[in-house]
Amino acid sequence: MAGIVGYGAFIPRNRIKTEEIARQWGKDPVAVRRGLLLEEKSVPGLDEDTITISVEAGRAALERAGIDPQRVGALYIGSESHPYAVKPSGTVVAEALGVGPEVHVADFEFACKAGTEAMFVALSLVESGRVEYALAIGADTSQGAPNDALEYSASAGGAAYLFGPRELLADVVETYSYTTDTPDFWRREGEFYPRHTGRFTGEPAYFRHVSTAARAILERAGLRPADFRYAVFHMPNGKFPLSVGAELGFTRQQLEPGWVVPTMGNTYSGSSPTGLAAALDVADPGDLVLITSFGSGAGSDAFVLRATELLLERRSRAPTVRSMLEGKRRYLTYGQYAKYREKILLNE
Amino acid sequence: MPSPRYWREIPARYRLEAARCGGCGAILYPVRRICPACRGETFSPVKLSRRGKVITSTVIHAAPTEFQMEAPYAMAVVETPEGARLMVQVADCDLEEVVPGTEVTLEFRRIRKEGKGGILCYGHKAVPVR
Amino acid sequence: MREVAVVSAGMTPFGELWRHSLRDLFVEASLEALRNARADSVDAVYVGNMSGGQFVGQEHLAPLLVDQLGFRGVAATRVESACASGGAALRAAFLDVASGMSDVVLAAGVEKMNDGADVTGVLASAADQEAEVYHGVTFPGLYAMIARAHMEQHGTTLEDLAAVSVKNHRHGALNPKAQFRQEVTLEQVMNSSLVADPLRLLHCSPVSDGAAAVLLCPLSRAKEFTDRPVRIRASGLATSSMALAERRDPAFLDAVRLSASRAYKMAGLSPSGIDVAEVHDCFSIAEICVIEALCFVEPGRGGQAARTGETALGGRLPVNPSGGLKSKGHPVGATGIAQVIEIFDQLRGAAGERQVADAAIGLTQNMGGSGASSVVHIFERV
Repeated sequence: MAGIVGYGAFIPRNRIKTEEIARQWGKDPVAVRRGLLLEEKSVPGLDEDTITISVEAGRAALERAGIDPQRVGALYIGSESHPYAVKPSGTVVAEALGVGPEVHVADFEFACKAGTEAMFVALSLVESGRVEYALAIGADTSQGAPNDALEYSASAGGAAYLFGPRELLADVVETYSYTTDTPDFWRREGEFYPRHTGRFTGEPAYFRHVSTAARAILERAGLRPADFRYAVFHMPNGKFPLSVGAELGFTRQQLEPGWVVPTMGNTYSGSSPTGLAAALDVADPGDLVLITSFGSGAGSDAFVLRATELLLERRSRAPTVRSMLEGKRRYLTYGQYAKYREKILLNE
Repeated sequence: MPSPRYWREIPARYRLEAARCGGCGAILYPVRRICPACRGETFSPVKLSRRGKVITSTVIHAAPTEFQMEAPYAMAVVETPEGARLMVQVADCDLEEVVPGTEVTLEFRRIRKEGKGGILCYGHKAVPVR
Repeated sequence: MREVAVVSAGMTPFGELWRHSLRDLFVEASLEALRNARADSVDAVYVGNMSGGQFVGQEHLAPLLVDQLGFRGVAATRVESACASGGAALRAAFLDVASGMSDVVLAAGVEKMNDGADVTGVLASAADQEAEVYHGVTFPGLYAMIARAHMEQHGTTLEDLAAVSVKNHRHGALNPKAQFRQEVTLEQVMNSSLVADPLRLLHCSPVSDGAAAVLLCPLSRAKEFTDRPVRIRASGLATSSMALAERRDPAFLDAVRLSASRAYKMAGLSPSGIDVAEVHDCFSIAEICVIEALCFVEPGRGGQAARTGETALGGRLPVNPSGGLKSKGHPVGATGIAQVIEIFDQLRGAAGERQVADAAIGLTQNMGGSGASSVVHIFERV
């Protein structure tokens, strides 16, 4: 049976407070913070991008697995901020991790669910026996247009999952995917910032796909919300995952450990994978964990996982998500943030 | 940076691949043909640990054109436990905390990019342990 | 080997010489050297130049420049060793005459740095591109790391560093060809803007245009050109690791030590035999490390020498009476020859207000990069 043999996350150390962004645009800082349930978000340094985040997260996953990187037969990176328009992120990441050259590598894009998409494919390849180990990474240095609601949440970070056939840290109990064509959020070629359709991104997009996928996977697995220790839903802001969780019948205690968005922001393809990593950081053997992603456009991938004994032993080999969220941080002014996110026009 | 020149350095820059001289045990990073210590020509591969300590350091205020957005930034000569010494930038730090003896880890970062249209160049930077 | 003499010299002022091109500078300095010796032909020319290609887009300088000088046909070679190119050109000329291959040889150095090029980037090409420059280090940055290591190991202070600049500006104020003919105070140096911590603007030599030339011939023929020749007693050249990180002790310039030992040995002299020296103070810390490596002071005590006045005009061993690279200016390829010219003047008693009393033996030390190459010459009054 295939499952997770290693996982790891990486979150850049720069932060900006929700209030700092709100003040820049003449918004009521307290109202924005409470409305979106966002305290602060991570910001990539000038030297950080999807590739560097993926390498650090991937290294942590390999550390926890303790396997020779040469045995990794597939490597997939899901992101909507691949640094190159043409040229894979995955080749850099593979070389840096010491994976390959006998490896299948691809970059995935599916708005915020490209990370779980990579996990789905990696898992399937291991299950089929075609490769021994497969690494899936979801990472982003998310873009949100200045003075757009997304600017409060779009952040940087990612998580990596190594799937393998034995010595599992978590079994994969069930998977499910649900996809329709729903144009709620997009970015055309050559455009710098994504666009979205405001409240249309809610009910017909996020809520429909997440709740359908979650209900379906519970039904397939024959499980009820009460059977789970933790549940993680994609986190475009603080409110949505709590609302959909409550609607499905999950309690705040089940949601909170993986609800990293208030202090991390929305790392797009890295969002639900990083929430899952935070849940695995605290899970006990036998605990069931549900993860349901959401990618605009639109679709959801869901996984039911069960933590194993080995998780306890391997966890300490790499930093936890909370240690990165609560560890060394540097708070930026909006001006510094604008410089770091390259929003200031410069002469070449 | 012309991409062939960048490409040739990938093993050293991405994976910190070094060599230990079979003749005198010296660590060579990056690898080269002849040991500068004993002129030996037989080596065994070594992968450097992604940590070390600062031997000496500076803070660059007047930066080269490609690094002007990042100035002021710290740089250091870092010695790994294997005894290799690397010239690296120091990221995510208070500039004053980077002094001889500072313990660091090495993280994968983008080192430079060639304008808006050129290649992106990666490698390692030091981050103080705290 | 034949005895070799320097018989004449020519030099442009150093500074931002916007109206002069690289070839103008070379011709002006060379013509002055030739005229002073009343020489109308030479057997060979060596041109010290670091980076005509990057500064002004011109390579293949040797034929271009001898042609401009009206010497089309003459054997000419460009010599490059970064900031030590001038010293290396002198050594090539010296060897050419000493060997008997040529009799009358012009050694010139030239650099045109103020012409719109990215100077920081060009200078950085004298460091290891892959191991150092790739990561964003600059030359002030490399010397700043040397300074921090020296401070850490030997307790050298920011005042010690600043004192070198104060001394060299005091000397340079007396030099009509210097780029900066004004004194600076310790406070001005210590409050100038940071370039690479702990080095500030007034610890750094400037970006300069300029050229310098000397004429060499066998000592036996020197009287044909001058009544006061200066004999070249020794030439020492040495190299070290290119990358600073590879030096076990980053605060010790082993190429300088090695080039000096070779020169002392060839001259049959000890460091105490030197009356005056021009050394490579591209940054204040460089002079401190260099005088240690030249054995002018005990290891680790270079920091005190400028502060106590030991190396000032009137001190035990005046260092950089010309103002050094700091005050006189540092057109990189010309520097090594300009150092020779100062010693030439000093040993002939022609240094005016900067004259070191009764100077009989002088030394020049010219360095490339962060110390990966060093050239030392020792001269003697005849």
